[in-house]
Order: sequence, then C-alpha cells, then structure tokens
Amino acid sequence: MDAWQITAFTVGAACLATVVMLPPGLLIAWLLARGSFRGRILLDTAVSLPLVMPPVATGLVLLALVAPRGPIGRLLAPAGIEIVFTWKAVVLAMAVMGLPLLVRTVRAGIEQVDRRYEAAAATLGAGPLRVFLTITLPLARPAVLAGAVLGFARALGEFGATIMIAGSIPGSTRTLAVAIYSFAETGRDREAGVLVGISAAIAFVALAASNWISTRGASRA
Amino acid sequence: MIALDFRLWQGSFTLDISVRLERPVTALFGPSGAGKTTVLDAIAGLRTPGSGTIAINDGVVFDSGAGIDVPTHRRHVGYVAQDVALFPHMTVRRNVLYGRRDGQKLSLPAVSRMLEIEGLLDRKVPQLSGGERQRVALARALMSAPELLLLDEPLAAVDVERRRRILPYLERVRDELRVPIVYVTHDRSEALQLADEVVVLREGRVVEREP
Repeated sequence: MDAWQITAFTVGAACLATVVMLPPGLLIAWLLARGSFRGRILLDTAVSLPLVMPPVATGLVLLALVAPRGPIGRLLAPAGIEIVFTWKAVVLAMAVMGLPLLVRTVRAGIEQVDRRYEAAAATLGAGPLRVFLTITLPLARPAVLAGAVLGFARALGEFGATIMIAGSIPGSTRTLAVAIYSFAETGRDREAGVLVGISAAIAFVALAASNWISTRGASRA
Repeated sequence: MIALDFRLWQGSFTLDISVRLERPVTALFGPSGAGKTTVLDAIAGLRTPGSGTIAINDGVVFDSGAGIDVPTHRRHVGYVAQDVALFPHMTVRRNVLYGRRDGQKLSLPAVSRMLEIEGLLDRKVPQLSGGERQRVALARALMSAPELLLLDEPLAAVDVERRRRILPYLERVRDELRVPIVYVTHDRSEALQLADEVVVLREGRVVEREP
C-alpha cells in the first residue's frame, strides 16, 4: 500500500474539485440569493439533490451523463476526453457532491449582505456583475471561505459517487475513502486503520481551519 | 429638469406623484411617512412604480406604457441615502473613486479639497464620524459625474453644530458644480436655506409648492 500516494491524490483531487465547484457555486448562490426568475425553485432543488439522494444514485446519474455514449460523454469523446474510470471522474464526483454545501453556505452569506451597499454601488454606475464581484462577494467573504472549506471536506470523504464513476483503481482513481473500503473488505485491517488515521487528521485540520475562519470573520464584523 | 408622473403602491400606501422640478435645487419636504424617500428611490431606479413615467433632463428613464425601465447603474444619478452606505470593506479613497466615470472633470484632489476630506482618504470607514461619512458619501456621489444629485436627509444624522458646518459644503456643490439637486428633509428651515423651490408631500401626494 502506498499511503502517501493515496493521501496526496485524494487531497489534490479535493483541492481541484473545490476550484472547479467555486465558479458555478458562487454564481448559483448569487442567483438563488438575489435573483428573481422562473425556475428558481427548480435550480435550488436540482443543486441540493446530491445532498439528499444516495451518493451511489448520484454516481449512477453522472455515469449515465458522462459515459462515452451519454449526452455529455458523446460531446467530449471527439476531443479525446475520457472521464469514466479516470482521475477526472474522481474530481467530477467530488465537485458535484460538494457543490450543495458550498452553495448553501455562500447563499446564506450573501443573504446577510446589506442590500443598501449593492444599491449604492448601482447608483455609482456599477452593473450587476461588478456589484457582485466588488461589493457582494467581499462582504460575504467569511461565508465563501467557510463554504469552500465545507465543500472541500465533503469532497475528501466522497465515496458513493466516486466508486460508481471512477472505481477503485490503485494508483489511478483510488481515494482515501475508497481505499479504506477496499482494504477493509479484503481483510487488510492494518492498512485500512492507517488510512482512517490519516483521514481523521486531515478532517481535523480542515475543521480547525473552518472554525478559525468563522471566528476571525465574526471578530472583524 | 425632472418630470415625475407616476403611481407606486406598497401595501396600503399609495404614492401618486405628478410634478415637474425645474429649479436647480428642490427640497422635498413633509412629515415622515409622506413618501419622500420612495420618490428618490423611484428616480434612482431602486423601486419600480406601478405605472407612469419618469424623465431626467429630458431622458425618459421609466415609462410603464412603453416598457422602459433604465436600470439604476445607467441612470447617472448620484444618491446619498440617509444611511450613506459607505462600503465598509474599502478605504475612504476607494469609496470615493468607486464610481468615477471616464471623462469626469472633477478630480480626487479637487473634490477632497472642496469637501475637506483630504486627511481622511486613507482611513477605514468604521473610523469616521457621522459628519465625515456625510462628506465622503457626497464626494463619492459627485465623482460619478451625476446628472442629478439625490440627497436623503443629509443632515439628519448629525447634531445642530455639525449641521451648520455641512450646509456650506452643500452650498458649494450647488454653486460650483451646478448639478441639479433633489433634497429630502423634514426640517423647514433647512429646506428654505438651500432650495430654490420647496415641494410639500403629504400621504403620498404633492400638496403644495413654494417658490
């Protein structure tokens, strides 16, 4: 077992997944907090679905979408991009599963931002995008950081969707969570135990960081 | 010149305004609850009337019949709200420069000198006093080269002594920059001191005009 490789791969994939989920996550959080448009409830529900659906079910839906013959996979295949059973599938599963937590946290943060500042910026000639980037986001920064940490933490522990679309290929798609299951299932309890220890340590650091961010945000306000 | 002819309903309150403001400085005067702030919000595009038209300097910014509703950021209206809403995460300098428009002739040093905020530029917003906030908010609005300046109770948050000190700044803005001003107040002496015309509002309607 290469605990170091598994750990580095998992943390790297979770970081990448966080980067991938941030742009759509912030945009969706903003639309849900400030937008008034048809389909708002539908968007809200669709984004939150992975939170309440069995992760394995979400994984099966993703598999159907990005498989070479699926609606998204078919578009990527001519460009030579394969997702299923590669590291990209790991990142995709992590991003989709982390997105609802990011969106919910950031949305709540944006709803806390006083609209008077946004109105003042608009009277100063700032269009909606500039208001979002220069006023709303900076004022909601503690929530953005907290949401990113939550999304990252969720990504680290992702199992169900990952095993469906990425499998458990040693050295290629095997993450901490998947490896723990694989080792435990084959009776290699000592290896599984080591990985559990590593997972706990990473989770501890992430939670401590999250708490530090939120107390710092509170003391600033 | 500002031409207002609109109706706006919120709950049981009805605002029914039909008035042309043609003087450089107009005071909207009336008791609280008369709808003064709502009128400013409608001019700035922050609140949408149910029906009617709003024109600023002959440019129609709202016309319910024609489906025109120019968004706030394209109306070029400087608005100093009652709470001034300085951006708390920026320095005074960044606040003042936030809305600077290309081709704006007024420079940061000039506006800072006029409103005497030179010494405040590197301060953070929470460090400012009420009177300082008012002047910074005024400078910020002026730097966006507004075609019209809306001031909502600019002197309400400051005590009588500071009031006496801020009024001259407003007079300077009026005399040096020649930006038309619509000024909301519930203080008659304040209205008379600055304004060329006083429009009296009561329960959502214009009840009186004093030249």
